[in-house]
Amino acid sequence: MILYLLKRLAVLAASIAAAGVAVFAFMALLPGDPAEVALGVNATPEAVAALRTQFGTDRPAAAQFLDWFGGLAGGDFGVSYVTSSPVGPQIGDRLGVTAVLVLGGMAVALLIAVPLGTFAAVHHRNPLGAAISAASQAGIAVPAFLAGILLVYVFAVKAQALPSGGYVPLADDPAEWLRGLVLPWLSLGLVQGAVLTRYVRSAVLDVMREDYLRTARAKGRGALGALWRHGLRNASVPVVTVLGLQLATLLVGAVVVERVFVIPGLGDLLLNGVAARDLLLVQGVVMVLVAAVLLINFVVDVTYHLLDPRLR
Amino acid sequence: MRRIGIWIAVGGLLLGTAACGGGSGSGTGGSGAPKSASLSVGFVAEPANLDFTSTEGAAIPQALLVNVYEGLVKLSQDGEIQPLLAEKWDVSDDRTTYTFTLRKGVTFSDGAPFTADDVVFSLGRVKTDWKLKIKSQFDVVDKVEKKDDSTVVVTLKQPSNGFLYAMATRLGAMFSRTGVSDLANKPVGTGPYVLGAWRRGDSIRLEANARYWGTKPAVPSVTLKYFKDATAMNNALLTGGIDVISAVQAPESLQQFSDPNRFQVIEGTTNGEVVLSMNNARPPFSDKKARQAVRYAIDHKALLDTAWAGRGQLIGSMVPPTDPWYEDRTGDYPYDPAKAKELLGGKTYTVKMRIPNLPYAVASAQVVKSQLAQVGITADIEPLEFPARWLDVVFKQGDYDLSIINHIEPRDMGIFADKSYYFHYDNPQFGKLLASADSGTEQQQTDDLKQAAKLLSDDAAADWLFLFPNLIVAKKGVTGLPKNAIAESFDFTGLAKQ
Repeated sequence: MILYLLKRLAVLAASIAAAGVAVFAFMALLPGDPAEVALGVNATPEAVAALRTQFGTDRPAAAQFLDWFGGLAGGDFGVSYVTSSPVGPQIGDRLGVTAVLVLGGMAVALLIAVPLGTFAAVHHRNPLGAAISAASQAGIAVPAFLAGILLVYVFAVKAQALPSGGYVPLADDPAEWLRGLVLPWLSLGLVQGAVLTRYVRSAVLDVMREDYLRTARAKGRGALGALWRHGLRNASVPVVTVLGLQLATLLVGAVVVERVFVIPGLGDLLLNGVAARDLLLVQGVVMVLVAAVLLINFVVDVTYHLLDPRLR
Repeated sequence: MRRIGIWIAVGGLLLGTAACGGGSGSGTGGSGAPKSASLSVGFVAEPANLDFTSTEGAAIPQALLVNVYEGLVKLSQDGEIQPLLAEKWDVSDDRTTYTFTLRKGVTFSDGAPFTADDVVFSLGRVKTDWKLKIKSQFDVVDKVEKKDDSTVVVTLKQPSNGFLYAMATRLGAMFSRTGVSDLANKPVGTGPYVLGAWRRGDSIRLEANARYWGTKPAVPSVTLKYFKDATAMNNALLTGGIDVISAVQAPESLQQFSDPNRFQVIEGTTNGEVVLSMNNARPPFSDKKARQAVRYAIDHKALLDTAWAGRGQLIGSMVPPTDPWYEDRTGDYPYDPAKAKELLGGKTYTVKMRIPNLPYAVASAQVVKSQLAQVGITADIEPLEFPARWLDVVFKQGDYDLSIINHIEPRDMGIFADKSYYFHYDNPQFGKLLASADSGTEQQQTDDLKQAAKLLSDDAAADWLFLFPNLIVAKKGVTGLPKNAIAESFDFTGLAKQ
């Protein structure tokens, strides 16, 4: 197990380093010069050149990369050209918000998918199970931002029950924090929940056909009891894989949902950064997102080993 | 002509609205009405940082000028220059010496007193520390001297009508000698508000300045909330999240606010001319006849109705109606497709229309394309990401035939005098008129600029699609909102809520 962990960690570190090179290279390809964008239409060529020197974007790409990546290794994301403030703390602030959004969305998805998926599997031969199946099919087709827009229209504009957007920090007012997050969580969670329901259903169906479950029933356990005791752990291996993939999807989905709900998270920071050609900021955010996805995969891999002793 | 700089406009996008003047009146708005502790106003563009001396972007002066920073003078809602930190000013007979008498008892928000030394310091910094091209508007300043603690004398190299006007913009903002160490994050000014909190990506809160020298604002806490998405901003007003939309992004969305018991819609003017730019440096539009054909080919009324729900005003040249030298030039090129075809001599052309990916430009481009098709010009529309791509391809490289952009900077006719500017318009007569306008008397200035605007229109240096409207929606009971957006700031000082 320890050897396995070490191997996976080495792969993780190598992947992050490779991602760093890729991210930097892509930023270099992005058309538009940060100095030009910062100075706008009022720029003189001399002012642009001076600003380039000040930003350090006139240096060779290799030197810029080493500077940036060296800093990154020490936890320093650099200082943004555009906002003149350090990138690290900016990302830190926004990451907290996005993490709350994504984890909340995941929780909603799980709360929907596990009971519904199991129910649909157990009752797969009767109409109710089929109905759940069909509903989840429909849910998959709805993009998160559309769900968001519809939820806002119904619950905020029409019913005036919840705020249409905005984010109040938890420390300022916990009640408002929660009220503001309900709709974003739902719009992320409902769609992912629909996807996940299908996987839970088929995973549970698969285990239900296994011999060991029949054996458990033969020993006198009820259908649900047997499933609970012997089935769910086995069913969760494929579900965890999907969950990992979905977390990555949710991170991307959060970018759009943040825009719909005016939530100052990473997505919002990223879009602003791209528009202003705030390269250090964009690189930093993309690196954090890439690292998060790699980390999720790492955790998923390790989780297999915890769930399924056969892999050890 | 010094005012060559422009802010390219994100139209309503960047420029919310503004009004240095507070014509609607500081003080008057709140009198008698019960005071409301806070108000929030929705904007689209958030400042990148708070330093308008080194960072472009209309969002910074929009939030800070007049509200946090004050100048010696300010611009009223009717475009007049009024005293602010200067009680009065005298101009010498040769119009090269301005003597400003400063208001006494003014302090900066950091507690330092405001004196003549700060004026010398602030105006001097424009030349030494500012990074923006607009600072060239102060090239005409020869020297700034302190006569005594409350008198400052500014000497110009030659007479200039533009100088006092520039003093009413951010160039004339007064900084404390001890308050410029972190302009990007900590503004220190003499204005009625100070920076309360800035939640990046979300909002800026301005709080009443306890040391303010003048009438305290009726609303002690104003929050500027930033929305990337126009629908999200509309929803916020509908659900009570904000009290005011500073600039409506899409006029067709106004319908949602049609209930007069809940909302009020305020329509005023801006300095934003939505220009159909033509590349004067390359065929076909290096030929004046081709440019004139385009002007005849466009039915401006129909365009405004289709593209911008009929909101806005037709102008016909590069002057907004709030400038003293405005003349209605819409009659110069009445809609006449037959004449357009005649000017093109039966030839057909295919041209590149490279536009910014902004709502007004995209909407207008469709109409322009279909109207030009009627006279034999095929315009291929290519939307470019604004600002980065558009600046690079159209503005810097000049690789375009037609473009559409809202030029929002005040009194910006001078951009046509620089033939390296992306229009590449070249008529020495135009430059001469601008120079003589700036150094002449006020009357001469008005006469010359009228002629200059006529010349631009006659030469068809570009086409002027419409004047961008200033559209504000507010909850009923909010008063003191600046109707016209003709200055750089959104003036909160007159706001009140009943």
